[in-house]
Amino acid sequence: MVSLNQLIVVCLMYVAGLFIVAFAAERAALRGRGGWLLRSPLVYTLSLSIYCTAWTFYGAVGYAARSGLEYVTIYLGPSLVMIGWWWGLRRLVRIGRSHRVTSIADLISSRYGKSNTLAIVVTLMAVIGVTPYIALQLQSVILSLSIFAAPDMPLAEAGGDVINRGQAALWVAAGLTIFTVLFGTRNLNVNERHHGVVIAIAVEAVVKLLALIAVGVYVIWGLAGGLSETLARIDASDIGQWEVQGSRWAALTMLSGAALLCLPRMFQVMVVENDDERQLQIASWAFPLYLMLMSLFVVPIAVVGLDLMPEGSNPDLFVLSLPLSQGQNGLAMLSFLGGFSSATSMVIVATLALSTMVSNHIVMPIWLAFRREGATQSGDVRNIVILARRLSIFCVVGLGYLYYRASGGSGALAAIGTISFGGVAQFLPAMLGGVLWRGATRAGALCGLGTGFALWVFTMLLPSFGADVALSSATLEQGLWGLAWLRPEALFGINGIDPTVHAVVWSLSLNTLVFVVVSLFSFPAPLERLQGAQFVNVFDHSGPARGWTASAAGSEDLMIMAQRILGAAEAQAFFAREAARQGHGARLPEPTPRFVQALERELAASVGAATAHAMVAQIVGGASVSVQDLLAVADESAQMLEYSSQLEAKSRELTETAAQLRTANEKLTQLSLQKDSFLSQISHELRTPMTSIRSFSEILRDAPGVSDADKNRYASIIHSETIRLTRLLDDLLDLSVLENGQVTLNQREGNLRDLLDLAVTTAQAGAVRPLEVIRDPEAEDIPLHSDLDRLAQVFINLVTNARKYCAAAEPQLVITPRLGSEGLVIDFVDNGLGIDAGSEALIFEKFSRITGEGDGAGLGLAICREIMLRLGGEISFLGDVPGTAFRVELPLSAVVRERVTA
Amino acid sequence: MPRTPIFLEKRSYRQRRMMDAVRLLPFLGLMLWMVPLLWPVPVAGVVAEAAPAMPMSVALRYLFGVWLLLIFASWALWRRTRDIVSGEARDPAEEAR
Repeated sequence: MVSLNQLIVVCLMYVAGLFIVAFAAERAALRGRGGWLLRSPLVYTLSLSIYCTAWTFYGAVGYAARSGLEYVTIYLGPSLVMIGWWWGLRRLVRIGRSHRVTSIADLISSRYGKSNTLAIVVTLMAVIGVTPYIALQLQSVILSLSIFAAPDMPLAEAGGDVINRGQAALWVAAGLTIFTVLFGTRNLNVNERHHGVVIAIAVEAVVKLLALIAVGVYVIWGLAGGLSETLARIDASDIGQWEVQGSRWAALTMLSGAALLCLPRMFQVMVVENDDERQLQIASWAFPLYLMLMSLFVVPIAVVGLDLMPEGSNPDLFVLSLPLSQGQNGLAMLSFLGGFSSATSMVIVATLALSTMVSNHIVMPIWLAFRREGATQSGDVRNIVILARRLSIFCVVGLGYLYYRASGGSGALAAIGTISFGGVAQFLPAMLGGVLWRGATRAGALCGLGTGFALWVFTMLLPSFGADVALSSATLEQGLWGLAWLRPEALFGINGIDPTVHAVVWSLSLNTLVFVVVSLFSFPAPLERLQGAQFVNVFDHSGPARGWTASAAGSEDLMIMAQRILGAAEAQAFFAREAARQGHGARLPEPTPRFVQALERELAASVGAATAHAMVAQIVGGASVSVQDLLAVADESAQMLEYSSQLEAKSRELTETAAQLRTANEKLTQLSLQKDSFLSQISHELRTPMTSIRSFSEILRDAPGVSDADKNRYASIIHSETIRLTRLLDDLLDLSVLENGQVTLNQREGNLRDLLDLAVTTAQAGAVRPLEVIRDPEAEDIPLHSDLDRLAQVFINLVTNARKYCAAAEPQLVITPRLGSEGLVIDFVDNGLGIDAGSEALIFEKFSRITGEGDGAGLGLAICREIMLRLGGEISFLGDVPGTAFRVELPLSAVVRERVTA
Repeated sequence: MPRTPIFLEKRSYRQRRMMDAVRLLPFLGLMLWMVPLLWPVPVAGVVAEAAPAMPMSVALRYLFGVWLLLIFASWALWRRTRDIVSGEARDPAEEAR
């Protein structure tokens, strides 16, 4: 018989062996050796086997002995999830790697905009959900120990008096805590990978599988006498018929599948410790194989146990008590080690995962909040983090211990396990929804999680303590506050459902419903939307889509902070690597957005995404570029754009003004030239008649023998020259008066025909070569109200010009008046040669004479233009008709009203 | 943007169908494992003549048979698709590390 002391020695030796293995693995990993083993798919698959805890090892047999094949659902669900790796796990693993996710709380918080609230909620829920599970492991170890402790009465209710259960549990808990602390928190490493722990778990996985198979083989071929006999015995036993309720079958399969994804410890080994997607691919068939082997011998052991063991023995311990009762001490020892392995590996990984969550999402944020000065303060955060982890491990194991003491170590293992599964499965909607659906929002996740968790507590956790412990029996019977539809085991008045199915269905379905509905009607924050896009489209772009506005960040500050979290050597190595990548040798890297992003991920591996984000944000001095920032930038650039367009308009205006000035200047220059030429012209014009007047008057004065006829001729020359001079002066005076606007208009009534008659007659008077004037007397009958003398002057000038300058053999002038809505238009068109295009602009200038012949001073048209301006009309040269054409326009006001209205 | 051909050569066609099989396998497993929902469940005290209860040994054989089948199918598919998945699983950024 094995004594308790022997057992303890074996246990300690086993644990010491695990220590050595784990230590060797850590060393090898540090030196970069043994990577093939650490990263091998085999080790990965074996580490997944922490799914099979003491619940599997002991509890499955008990479960089978109580409810037949129902136990197998706990392994069918995970097998399906693994076989369907392509749908969910592949995505999770890829996200876990590309975002350096450290736990399930980290994943959910990262997805929903690095929300710390969500991380805290998930962490608390995980701790509450997993606590029963840890208690379960303690309970199983204590039970197995007590079997050995009472060798003489292995049949009894497991020797309660032989060992003090509470004390034993305390010792076991302390031992587990120490092991976890020693291996789980030795290093604060990139990506939270724990090679030592993983290897130790793999070894334990092999031990527990071998132990269970050994017991199974012994039972089938040693006790039952072969396969067919065993099967016959199974059919003949109490559980020889299929009697699983369909609802439980489906619900438990689904629940266990969900738990595989959501259990913090499974997330740790499956996603966080994953190196390569190929590991997952191999695990997709290797892990179901492991699960199948683990559950293969459960029914035979249960059946044979029920047969051989006396009535009343605890079926949870058949794996141990069967060999023991047959005197197979070695096998019993192996079996005990198997159970011990299952329990320890689970507790170690679970507490590790939970402590990571607690320290990253609860302790660190609080610590950071208390130290507002910023993350750059001196001192090593690593110590704080590790201390937080250790404390968290103590707390988690302590909670498990308390739960064990509180529940009195009574309930069947299977029931406790299911409760725990139900709790963590509440993460499923938020997690899968977040990974697959971009519309999932933080508010939706929070509400869904809250609803599901509240329902789970009310319908599953609290009733599990039994009536009058957590919930009064009145509440259980009548419902909360006496409301019948709030009965914990028959919500909404729907009776008769199995309690487990009831709790799972209600909590998960309402959780999902609330999550989806709130998500549909809420709007995510910018960071949330970016993260959502990155998570859902993780296969499209694994790269970061979000940058830090890192200009404000000093590399030194970042360095100081990184050293405190990553450790001096590692941080320096990281910075050197980044500096090299940026291409400047030994100096610190520039705080480019890419570098800060990489640093944040590196930190996230140690302290979680939300904390890392907060710490980097403290130093960089602002959150990352959010959509709001982008909008602000867009606003600014819009303003700048507007400003620049204003500038452009101004500069265009300036250019125009400059052009106008240039034109004005040219005009001034021209005017100055014109003035000069005007002066020289006028002196020339004045001088010519003066010269002849002077010479002829001198002749008259000095020449004695001038005949009378000559005298008379000379005097008339002088006279005509004087007249010409007078006319010239009159014209000049006239022009100057007109130009200075000093003219007084003598408005009178008259008729256009009379005016034209007068003009033509005056112009033709004394003409050698008369001009043929073609007129339309009917159309000319237009009454006018204007300064008729001035107007006549214009007409005379035009007709005279035509007469003087028309080069045609038979000169003609056509005068066509036209009364339009704009006013009166009179065209004077002759059949001459017209005027050169270049000269058109000059004809209205003073002293401009196109042909150079004729006796005019070249003031006529200039005077005409001034007169027309004064009269409110216009005179213009028409270039597009044959011959020389002038158009005189008079405003409507110049036409007598009756005529217009007529 | 390169145009992807509508029709693939035989090898890639085969590979794609294998990936389809990988995707569909869990649903097959789910269907097969939910078959027990159809099995008669004995109601306490009443022994139905028409539908005798399913013996445990048959149930065991069926469930573990399906399990083995799924594991084998999954293994066979892994053998045929491992190159594809590991090929597509690596992006350049990861490779550079």
